[in-house]
Amino acid sequence: MSNPGVTNQVMQWVETRLPIFSFINHSVGTEYPTPRNLNYWWSLGSIAGVALVLQIVTGIVLAMHYVPHADMAFESVEHIMRDVNYGWMMRYLHSNGASLFFVAVYIHMFRGLYFGSYKAPRELLWWFGILIFLAMMATAFMGYVLPWGQMSFWGATVITNMFTAIPIVGEAVTTWLWGGYSVAGPTLQRFFSLHYLLPFVIFALMFIHLWALHTSKSNNPLGIDVKSEKDTLPFHPYFTTKDLVGFGVFFIILAYWVFFNPNYMGHPDNYIPANPLVTPAHIVPEWYFLPFYAILRAVPDKLGGVALMLGAILILFVIPWLDTSRVRSATFRPIYSKFFWIFVVNGLILGWVGANPAEGSFILIGRIATAYYFAHFILVMPIVGWFEKPKPLPDSIAASVLGDDTAKEAK
Amino acid sequence: MSVQIIKNASRIFAVTAALVLTATVAAASGGGGPALKTQKWSFNGPMGTYDRAQVQRGYQVYSEVCAGCHSLKYVRFGNLLDIGFSEAQAKAVAAEYEAEDGPDDDGEMFMRPARLSDALPAPFANDKAARASNNGALPPDLSLIAKARVGGADYVYTLLTGYSDAPAGHEVAEGMEYNAWFPGTQIAMAPPLSDDGIEYVDGTAATADQQAKDVGAFLMWAAEPKLEDRHRTGLKTMIFLIILTILFWLVKRRVWRDAH
Repeated sequence: MSNPGVTNQVMQWVETRLPIFSFINHSVGTEYPTPRNLNYWWSLGSIAGVALVLQIVTGIVLAMHYVPHADMAFESVEHIMRDVNYGWMMRYLHSNGASLFFVAVYIHMFRGLYFGSYKAPRELLWWFGILIFLAMMATAFMGYVLPWGQMSFWGATVITNMFTAIPIVGEAVTTWLWGGYSVAGPTLQRFFSLHYLLPFVIFALMFIHLWALHTSKSNNPLGIDVKSEKDTLPFHPYFTTKDLVGFGVFFIILAYWVFFNPNYMGHPDNYIPANPLVTPAHIVPEWYFLPFYAILRAVPDKLGGVALMLGAILILFVIPWLDTSRVRSATFRPIYSKFFWIFVVNGLILGWVGANPAEGSFILIGRIATAYYFAHFILVMPIVGWFEKPKPLPDSIAASVLGDDTAKEAK
Repeated sequence: MSVQIIKNASRIFAVTAALVLTATVAAASGGGGPALKTQKWSFNGPMGTYDRAQVQRGYQVYSEVCAGCHSLKYVRFGNLLDIGFSEAQAKAVAAEYEAEDGPDDDGEMFMRPARLSDALPAPFANDKAARASNNGALPPDLSLIAKARVGGADYVYTLLTGYSDAPAGHEVAEGMEYNAWFPGTQIAMAPPLSDDGIEYVDGTAATADQQAKDVGAFLMWAAEPKLEDRHRTGLKTMIFLIILTILFWLVKRRVWRDAH
């Protein structure tokens, strides 16, 4: 209960009644041991956390001025852009912040994939990460609907129409989701409500994600377990200061988009008010959905496409068991590390296909890339893990970072 | 070992950056037609500003040519102060128009001279009236046109100067014009600009090309009136963030000095 760090009398009084100071110290303070070899790729988790907070703060401000009504939504966004003090900044921070939140989370996920952070004992940690990703996708999709521009409306129409593919109850579910017989005012109002709710769900999931993290502790670039105190450093001040550098870089990149290129990641059509009678030439989702959009369109069958797209995310849940390798980090896996990069490039190709109309050679490329996406998990992960001979692992994190001499002393 | 990790890390970074770039480039491109005739705009670039004289000329083109059919509903007379009109000038401009107000104490709506807080009046009462006067075509509101089209101001300029005779064998419908840059190449709007079609107050030679450029700049301002604010705030923010990040990095280095 008592905390050696708490010397102030008021703090002690609080601490004995509500041990908040020791809680903080155990969570992100001097009593949270962290592998000393974490590189900057490990900063993306806390950067994603900062991005979430930024979205919530700017979102709350925007919601004070936004009107969730089919006849007024578009105009209220322009009101924010033109009349509200720094409204343009809030909106551009929110729209570009969403994109950078996805960038942070995608890098975070690829980092986990490369260094085997999903492997035992971190399966549940990984699972809650996927749940956060799913909740983020739902939130971002509904947020894109709110300005009620042409892409908002038609994107919502395409995505909600996917639910009609569900056998038997599809039509009923979709009508229920729309609050009518097409995407219209009631859809906008419920999406606004849910768009405000879901970030707090994400926030709760993030805490469970952190709870699991603090139980199994961080993986590290070597993918080997912490063996002694020599392998770790206290989170504070080492990783608090390291994360601050990451935050600084994140905000510099965000500021570039917000102040100097704010509409680049959006679609011009979304500055045209929603019109149910005019369909845009081609409907594309936000960039962060493009690889999944390509998978959706890879199958000519509607239900098949939806199932495959959902499967593309759900398959992430089982990779802790599909990966048969004994070592975590791809650094020591000469064959798998090659496949990892092929997988990354394949994801790029899927995104490129998703941005283009489903015609001509894009169809074939999309199908091959989709097949490869699944093959990576179903075939490459189990088979390569089986026969690959990993490179020898270092004795310990300390031995690897501090050199052999110090490590010998440690023994 | 650590060299290996750095190599891997830099590869991860390069690939991720490439992923983001290609995806966004792909998403932002699209739209048919030949390449746009890109212009040097004063508002391009990270520190770009609006050329007041040009934007004012563009307003003149809008009010004397475009406003006959196109509304500009998100712009108010008071916004003209931002492009260099004095308050007296803007009030004088507003007073040339009437705005509906009311109801008065008798419950009647009435017309009064427009004020700075009024939006520029729309040429038609509603979309149906607009279509009825324009052969069935709807002239879009222009407030956001420079952000609602790929290419922005370049698109406006290119479209306005893009009229030509239809290529041989190309059927153009009754009452339509050929314009290679308009989606479907047939546009209901007759070529709106002609050399000396208007007389600029500031004495600039009013070629059709000059008018197209000026109205392009004006419509960019109408679509993104806070651009100068954004650029100025952006510069200050960047300087602050870069210094802050360097300080963070120095602190981190100092803290980590004894850890290796």
